Amino acid sequence: MAETQIEALLPLPPAAFHILMALADEDRHGYAIIQEVAARTLGELKLSAGTLYRSIQRMLEQGLIAETSERPAPELDDERRRYYRITPFGAAVARAETRRLTQLVKLARASGFAPGRA
Amino acid sequence: MRLYRALLHLYPAAFRTEYGEEMCGVFSARKRNTSGLSRVALWAEAFFDTFFNAITVHWDLFRQDLRYAARTLSRAPGFALTVILVAGLGIGASTAVFTVTDHVLIRPLPFASPQSLVKLWESPPGYRMEASPANYRDWKSMSTAFEAMSAFRGLSVNLVGQGQPERLEGASVTADLFPMLGVQPALGRSFAPEDDREGAAGTLLLSHRLWQTAFGGDPGVLGRPVRLDDSPYVIIGVMPRDFHFPSRDAELWTPMRFAAREFEDRNDNYLHVIARLAPGITLEQAREEMRVIAARLEHAYPKENARTGITVNPLRDEVSRQARLLLAVLFAAAICVLLIACTNLANLLLARALVRRKELAVRTSLGAGRERMLRQLLTESLVLAVLGGVFGVLAARAALPLLTMLVPQSLPAPEPFIDLRVLIFAIFLTALTGLGFGVVPALRATSGAAASGLREGSRGGVGGRKEPLRSALVIVEVTLSVVLLVSAGLLIRALWRLQATDPGFRSEGVLTLRTSLPMPKYERTATREQFYSRVLSEVRELPGVSHAAYISFLPMVLRGGIWPVSVGGHIQDRAESHTASLRFVTPGFFTALGIPFRLGRDVSEADRRESLFVAVVSESFVRRYWPGENPLGRSFQFAFQGRTVVGVVRDIRVRGLERNSEPQVYLPYKQVPDGGLSWYAPKDLVIRSFTQTGTLLPALRRIIRSADPEQPVSDVRMLAEIVEADTAPRRVQVRVLGAFAAVAFLLAGIGIHGLLSFTVSHRAQEIGVRMALGAQSSDIFGMVLRQSLLLAGAGVVLGVALGYAAGRAMQALLAGVTPGDTAAFAAAVGLSLVMTMLGSFLPALRAVRVDPATVTRAE
Repeated sequence: MAETQIEALLPLPPAAFHILMALADEDRHGYAIIQEVAARTLGELKLSAGTLYRSIQRMLEQGLIAETSERPAPELDDERRRYYRITPFGAAVARAETRRLTQLVKLARASGFAPGRA
Repeated sequence: MRLYRALLHLYPAAFRTEYGEEMCGVFSARKRNTSGLSRVALWAEAFFDTFFNAITVHWDLFRQDLRYAARTLSRAPGFALTVILVAGLGIGASTAVFTVTDHVLIRPLPFASPQSLVKLWESPPGYRMEASPANYRDWKSMSTAFEAMSAFRGLSVNLVGQGQPERLEGASVTADLFPMLGVQPALGRSFAPEDDREGAAGTLLLSHRLWQTAFGGDPGVLGRPVRLDDSPYVIIGVMPRDFHFPSRDAELWTPMRFAAREFEDRNDNYLHVIARLAPGITLEQAREEMRVIAARLEHAYPKENARTGITVNPLRDEVSRQARLLLAVLFAAAICVLLIACTNLANLLLARALVRRKELAVRTSLGAGRERMLRQLLTESLVLAVLGGVFGVLAARAALPLLTMLVPQSLPAPEPFIDLRVLIFAIFLTALTGLGFGVVPALRATSGAAASGLREGSRGGVGGRKEPLRSALVIVEVTLSVVLLVSAGLLIRALWRLQATDPGFRSEGVLTLRTSLPMPKYERTATREQFYSRVLSEVRELPGVSHAAYISFLPMVLRGGIWPVSVGGHIQDRAESHTASLRFVTPGFFTALGIPFRLGRDVSEADRRESLFVAVVSESFVRRYWPGENPLGRSFQFAFQGRTVVGVVRDIRVRGLERNSEPQVYLPYKQVPDGGLSWYAPKDLVIRSFTQTGTLLPALRRIIRSADPEQPVSDVRMLAEIVEADTAPRRVQVRVLGAFAAVAFLLAGIGIHGLLSFTVSHRAQEIGVRMALGAQSSDIFGMVLRQSLLLAGAGVVLGVALGYAAGRAMQALLAGVTPGDTAAFAAAVGLSLVMTMLGSFLPALRAVRVDPATVTRAE
């Protein structure tokens, strides 16, 4: 994947980054993404429906995620639901964003902004 | 749930179709987990969430469409440029005219609460005039409908002591005028009531411009003494930069003083009266009260105030009717141009949409919804409209100096300029234009695009089908352009007629200038005489000068100076319109201006105060009072004296070429009374010469300087310029309307050309078949021409009818040319036919050149 294409998408909007993280281990439908993000952030971030689907639309266009045709077992499935999966490009962008944030944190620590133990 | 579904309509349809169901699912899942207060919170969140995200999604789409539009348009630069140019011309014309119209007719005057300001006039039957001081004083004391009432009169003074002596225009105003207008000086103080008492020290306010030009913007001018017309004044303040009152050329203001004797003559009308309606009083109530006051004053002064009413008009409406009608005509014309531009654009886009059917069909089959494509096409036309709008505003800015010449000098406001208000208007027009020319083509292009576009294959279009919508648009264009051509033609005819009007004097080769002799220095007639005879005798000596003379006011420069006439002891009240214009002249004036004598003699140097009071009158004066009789030796009462007729001259057009003038009375300059009628003391010098003005002028200035070193020379002009200036607003108007008509003409031509080119290229196959079957070139040529002539014919018929209606609506501007003027209509029809021919020529030629072999093989 071209480096410039990845760079052009950075920094990722927080919602997009969270969605990528939620899709890192398995394919999920919309509501499941919301629940996963909420669980990961200990309930701190509850994505709204609008933000979620607007982000999904944009991420689909950007090729960060894709709709998947594989569906779970019929008894668990609701046919209204669509499932999304992270693409290799999406994973590359997420890694690049992580690298960017890590570097940022390193710089912040060097400036003496290390969070103290309260 | 229904509410949430409704909310989702804020999103673009494509987004809603794609994600609507899922969003409802998410929302209902979350709703299940809430109750009570938290459910209220959920709803609140849903509202904000939808609102915010919908805007973002729309914005994303818009950016996408914008990129797409930029790509498509850059692939068709010729099309894009044509559209931008056409839209720009329409928007530019309307914006420019709006700027001036808004400025002159709509925008409130730059004074505090301008809507409650009114102007009052004395109005004898049939006309209106300024108020006399006595009547003004009585109106002010008797009325209750006004919060304040004040007066001013025009002022024209010589400013001495600031380098070259200068002649300046201004106003002398009552002290309460500026507070009533709500205007404060930018520097120093305004007039105080003490300033307008008789005997108070003279005080003076400067305009910002005069302060800058004559005093270098020095803030230390306050308290500086200057001399105006030989009297001492002290500068007490500088008015703000944007303050113009009573007209745009006012440079200074002095307080008005009334001497006791000025209240004696109720027929000495020279005051402009302005008042502010008291809170809660309507214009109608004020008019009613003034009706009562007028009746009481008529009762008290039956002779002077005979049948004299009082007119109360909003100050805003004081812009003349002529300017109002003129601007209305231009505004209508600009709207016509905009409409033509829009129809033209609609046609261009329709043609393009048809060409693009295939592309759209492909996109539809790839899953783009109709709404999505409509949006796309509309974005494209909006982009074009915005670029056109930018071009239009620039064009309007360029055209503004020309249009500014249409703003009456009497408008007390700064010159028009393009500001936020105008820009908002332009943006509005742009949006309207973009939608106007974009919607129909987009709707047509997207309806059934998928169905028909692909199927029709390589021809990708309409085949030989007729295009009723596009034909109708072309007819509209031709109609509107004919209306504009007719209107412009009528105005040109009116202008020609006026320019051919004989002013009654010969203006060519006559140089004029003004030396306004200041009072009280020149109060005595004998002092003035010395000045005149010295200047005139020296001027007459100059090489190339054949005649020179002085007169009170040149014709068409001062149109007033009207006095009542009474003949045979019968005292006429002024309501009976027995009036004549009064001018004092030196001997030789009539010869200098080439005004022929019909009877008797000129005024002479022997006509002095102590001899018989004589007069030279115009033919119409004789016709009115002594029809068919010998007027020489007859006498009449005029300007405080009995005057005996010694000569009769031809009438001249004192009031300008367009208006009827009163009969003229000329009196010898030596018979101006000492200290009286000083306003009428001769001040305009006329010189008929064979030499160039450039060589004459320095000598003239030297002569005047040697006669009086402090005497300024102003208004140096050729008499021909003055006559020409009389028709100047009309010439501007003709130029503007002519330009509009030319643009309309061009656009209609482009429209016809576009439609025909399109049909020809889409009927190429049919034409090819016809030719293969033996049709001659002339048949094909005729076939194409027939189509265009049919369209043009329909447009011309409609245009002629509407043009006649337009001509009737602006009859007041036509100076006697009938709205059905044959020449104007013939020219408009002729031009339209020429335009049709020109527009059809190329397409017809292309049709003839169709090669039957190629087109039939292509299928």
